[in-house]
Amino acid sequence: MSRKAIVAAALAATLMAASCSEGAAEAPTPSGTASFPRDVAGVTVPQRPERVVSASATHTEIIYALGAGDRVVATDLFSNYPAEAGTTPKIDAFNINVEAVASFDPDLVILAFDPGDVAPGLASLGIPTIVFFVPATLEDAYGEMTTVGEALGLEDEAARLVAQIRQDIEEIVSGVPPGEGDPPTYYHELGTDLYTVTSGTFIGTVYALLGLRNIADEADAGGFGYPQLSPEFILAADPDFIFLADTVCCGESALTVSGRPGWRELSAVREGRVIELDDDIASRWGPRIVEFLETVGSAVYPTVP
Amino acid sequence: MTAAFRLRPSALLGALAFLMAAVMAGLLVGPVALPPGKVLAEVASRLPFLSFDSGLDARQAAIVWEIRLPRVLLGALVGAGLAVSGAAYQGVFRNPLADPYLLGVAAGAGLGATMVIVSGGATAAIPVAAFLGGLVAAAAAYALGSLGGGPRSGATLILAGVAVAAFFTAAQTFLQQKHAETVRQVFAWILGRLSTSGWSEVAILTPYVAVGVTVILMHRRLLDVLSVGEEEAGTLGVDPTRVRMAVVAAATLTTAAAVAMSGLIGFVGIIVPHTVRLLVGVSYRAILPLSVVAGAAFLVLADLTARTVLSPAEIPIGVVTAFLGAPFFALVLRTSKRGVW
Repeated sequence: MSRKAIVAAALAATLMAASCSEGAAEAPTPSGTASFPRDVAGVTVPQRPERVVSASATHTEIIYALGAGDRVVATDLFSNYPAEAGTTPKIDAFNINVEAVASFDPDLVILAFDPGDVAPGLASLGIPTIVFFVPATLEDAYGEMTTVGEALGLEDEAARLVAQIRQDIEEIVSGVPPGEGDPPTYYHELGTDLYTVTSGTFIGTVYALLGLRNIADEADAGGFGYPQLSPEFILAADPDFIFLADTVCCGESALTVSGRPGWRELSAVREGRVIELDDDIASRWGPRIVEFLETVGSAVYPTVP
Repeated sequence: MTAAFRLRPSALLGALAFLMAAVMAGLLVGPVALPPGKVLAEVASRLPFLSFDSGLDARQAAIVWEIRLPRVLLGALVGAGLAVSGAAYQGVFRNPLADPYLLGVAAGAGLGATMVIVSGGATAAIPVAAFLGGLVAAAAAYALGSLGGGPRSGATLILAGVAVAAFFTAAQTFLQQKHAETVRQVFAWILGRLSTSGWSEVAILTPYVAVGVTVILMHRRLLDVLSVGEEEAGTLGVDPTRVRMAVVAAATLTTAAAVAMSGLIGFVGIIVPHTVRLLVGVSYRAILPLSVVAGAAFLVLADLTARTVLSPAEIPIGVVTAFLGAPFFALVLRTSKRGVW
């Protein structure tokens, strides 16, 4: 072998390694015919999965958005979007029975929560299982979409989906006027017990894209991200905007919160800046994050489409 | 009758002073710093025939009048109700471990609340269902305990309460697991809180606590007679079964109403009566009224801690009652020269 050939082979190997680690976008093979077995997020997927169990509502939405809904054989109780996902056989994501999952004879299982023994249990049955985590940023969320695409052999579709979401979000964010003075403040309600998020959470980083400032950051000394606020603190902070992410779970609305003790004195209540969100859209990090940004952005700024 | 059995005025005055201090602290201290003078002026300005400007803006006034004051009053009502119910149960069953949730009230209330939450019922229906569930559980325990026949002692009733509580808890857990989508709401209720309450909760709870406390206090002398033994009580012309039924009914009603408004707050019904007992002696004529006052003060202070220790975040009040209550009780136990029972 000539020196030239050796260099070329090394280069090719490096390129291949790079394409594997950096994911789908650079993969040269056309989608669907991509080579299996492959390594996805440290898990070996032996063949193109045809029977997928998704125990995570966010990832169920991603799978359907990639056009692989027909390969889903079961989902968890929270997977309700799109509507077809709601009618699949159900498992309980927070109380997973390995045997029940195995009974669907899956060739790929997706989890967003593992109490500690589910993934190893499924792995010991030879079922490839990928465990995802709540992302910290939008980039992490895109990474999860890419990984789901790779696992399904749909890397091109995933790349297109991510590119589309990026473009949509850029468009929304471009409508945010340049900041003058103090940024508008907000309170994002998770439940009637006044649990909320800080700007350090995924959803908090999305609000930050729109130039909003979170009132709860000082309530989270431990950095957990989900503090429970005192009602009088909310009154004193008097946020410019109140976003309710407990409209479905708890039936809250602009009307019900205006009846809470003292809340009719809040500027957001008096001036109609209480925005009712869909709990599910506001708590997931799938493709519908665009809808979330649209709702919030257009409520805050008239310049956002 | 010896003087030791009477409620000494100094003890009652001391307890009332403690309660006043707790209420003041609850009103003046919070996550939002407000000038104490203006807070008191705000409260005073709401009194009948008085009308002046306290100097607080509308939101600050709402913090004082619509959040802090009802929360302090609700804490006082719940604390008074739970403490006196605990003392009453301990007296009726002559068992130091009896607590307000003895007859399955907590488990029944939990089942009632869970049923409403998982079926998507209105939030306003939760306290009603909790109240009814608590009463159904207590009635079931009482019926089961009476079935046992034999010596109609408190022990049978306590065992029946344990069985009913286990059954209702199992049903509640099953429902909760079956409807995973609402599990957070169920836990939020069970953990117990006063924080989002307002005047409407105070208005609903007041009559129940007033009636329950009055009935229990009316029986304070009979509970002292009962404490020497059921047969002895019989020879003194006291019908133990009738006394037990009246007191248990009043304590159960009070507990069920308190639980329905505030969720499950543990420890108050055990720690307060025993602390009072260690401090003033074994007579129910002293323990019951002092438990009302001390229970109110204790829960107001516990709630104050719950909303200030991690301010402006909150912690569940049940965590505070146990965390403060246990060491305090150990201290009283250690310094007291008297035996408890």
